[in-house]
Amino acid sequence: MKNFSGNVLFLDRSDINTDEIIPAKYLTEITKDALGPHLLEDLCLEGFIPGRSTRDKQIVVSRANFGCGSSREHAPWAFEVNGIHVVIAESFARIFRQNMFNGGMLAVELPADTIADLFTRFATTDTHLTTDFENSTFTFTAGASRHTVPFTLSGFDRALVNAGGWVEYADANY
Amino acid sequence: MGRTIVEKIFDSHRRDNPFDDVHVIGLDVVACHEITTPIAINDLAARGKDRVFDPDRIKAVIDHVTPAKDSKTAEQGKILRDWARRHGIRDFFDIGRNGVCHALFPEKGFIRPGYTAIMGDSHTCTYGAFGAFAAGVGTTDLEVGILKGVCAFRLPETLRIDITGTLADGVYAKDVILSVIARLGVNGATNKVIEFSGPVVDSMSMAERMTLCNMAIEAGGTCGICAPDQTTVDYLWDFIKDDYRDKTEALAAFAAYRPDAGARYAGVIHHDVSGLEPLATFGHKPDQVKPVCDMTHQKVDQVYIGSCTNGRIEDLRVAAEVLRGQTIAPTVRGIVSPATPRIYRQAMAEGLIDVFMQAGFCVTNPTCGACLGMSNGVLAEGEVCAATTNRNFNGRMGIGGMVHLVSPATAAASAIAGHLAPAGNKRKQGA
Ligand code: SF4
Repeated sequence: MKNFSGNVLFLDRSDINTDEIIPAKYLTEITKDALGPHLLEDLCLEGFIPGRSTRDKQIVVSRANFGCGSSREHAPWAFEVNGIHVVIAESFARIFRQNMFNGGMLAVELPADTIADLFTRFATTDTHLTTDFENSTFTFTAGASRHTVPFTLSGFDRALVNAGGWVEYADANY
Repeated sequence: MGRTIVEKIFDSHRRDNPFDDVHVIGLDVVACHEITTPIAINDLAARGKDRVFDPDRIKAVIDHVTPAKDSKTAEQGKILRDWARRHGIRDFFDIGRNGVCHALFPEKGFIRPGYTAIMGDSHTCTYGAFGAFAAGVGTTDLEVGILKGVCAFRLPETLRIDITGTLADGVYAKDVILSVIARLGVNGATNKVIEFSGPVVDSMSMAERMTLCNMAIEAGGTCGICAPDQTTVDYLWDFIKDDYRDKTEALAAFAAYRPDAGARYAGVIHHDVSGLEPLATFGHKPDQVKPVCDMTHQKVDQVYIGSCTNGRIEDLRVAAEVLRGQTIAPTVRGIVSPATPRIYRQAMAEGLIDVFMQAGFCVTNPTCGACLGMSNGVLAEGEVCAATTNRNFNGRMGIGGMVHLVSPATAAASAIAGHLAPAGNKRKQGA
């Protein structure tokens, strides 16, 4: 299983699409590693600096419809090769969400008011997240402030994360 | 209880329910192109799993960048080509025989009512026009499809759009789907299948139905879908005539994939298209839509006619009709890419290629081309393109470029005018 704890990057916008996560011109890459430096390269967001803002971050928290657009799995891979294995959002585009679990990573939906609360509490400070996968909780820490939120995962998503992704699961079971 | 089309397809293809609401279904078609497949091929090889479940049910094409434009895209093509040869994939289409995947594969008769198909491409939803369930998937799903011929889905709910009314002259399937997306929003059909029904859809050709279903993903839909009918049978007849005694028998068989009267829908939307005007998008999201008449101030630098949305012969005919005897504005670069070799030859036989060239268009080989800004027809910063494609995302056709999604008629009229313009003066006629 991958590492699901680390420092949090807050991206305060809905509809962040796969072209913003990894521009189409990098689809010609045939290795995952080549995508690394280009994560979120075209994202225009106040306070966000491509390359710099993602450095030493392992978790992304964002708003609604995260990962909309193309079906490219390069988007989750761009996160993966940067060591970001968890995206938390109000909602996800279906394909992006599935792609995260297919790679053995986490894309977790939390209610809109919980997300809003997380932004209020933590978006402007250095925040660390600890994931308790067994008990399905996220614990956010910033200085003295600590906040735990529960999450839910379907049994299948859980099985995928445990197996290390869908290819391994499917080859073993079908 | 009555079932929707997609429920019927899942019932006839289900292999496993590993967990509640996860349906592993068998696949009739696994489609591949040179952009998303090479990584899958390489990753399968790296895992020691360089196998395919059934070479006859895998279809592959080099279409996004063809001819190859640099060493990287040449390498991508080579990986797909070598893999197809290695595994005896007969339906592999290389330059000279290739075309835009979602136009080429239906044209070859590969997509049938009740089929299941996946591809590493979001516009796979186009195939729903045949009453098939077809979804764009990520590379890992594609790997599993190639390896095992299965894919896991949650059973999607169906959102039905009943399209009624009469389309005005100069208003096309593209305008209809833009109006639907504007109404639903880019997230309005997320995780759902959009069933297009009603008299307007019933009277549409397969080409028009493909235009509708092609953009289901732009409203977040997993797949668009149209109930198979006589039009479907007629389109497919050459490919299926050995399987059925006559068209009546085929129609009866396909009826198994029409929705039941009592089917349960996530919603039913009545969409009246009477009075609809030619439309264009105005921002970087496909649900930002306005009448073209309200945007005639917008100058265009390039006009692109092609793609899996509107690169079929019917689209070229409409555009050529507008262009016949006309010349495009000297400030406009016109590019047309017939979506398949067959469409190209048909356009030649009908004299359409001549019309385009007389008007000042560049005619390219069948390819995705300018649609995705990584092959030909890339926009410079600040440039504007009126395109018959399906995506206007920021940077889609080139960094800093703006794409206005329009119908082929509007694209042609805009090329002549040098700015966004409807074909004819539709507002006056309608008033
Ligand atoms: S024409 Fe455009 S949208 Fe269609 S498959 Fe090609 S790149 Fe994708």
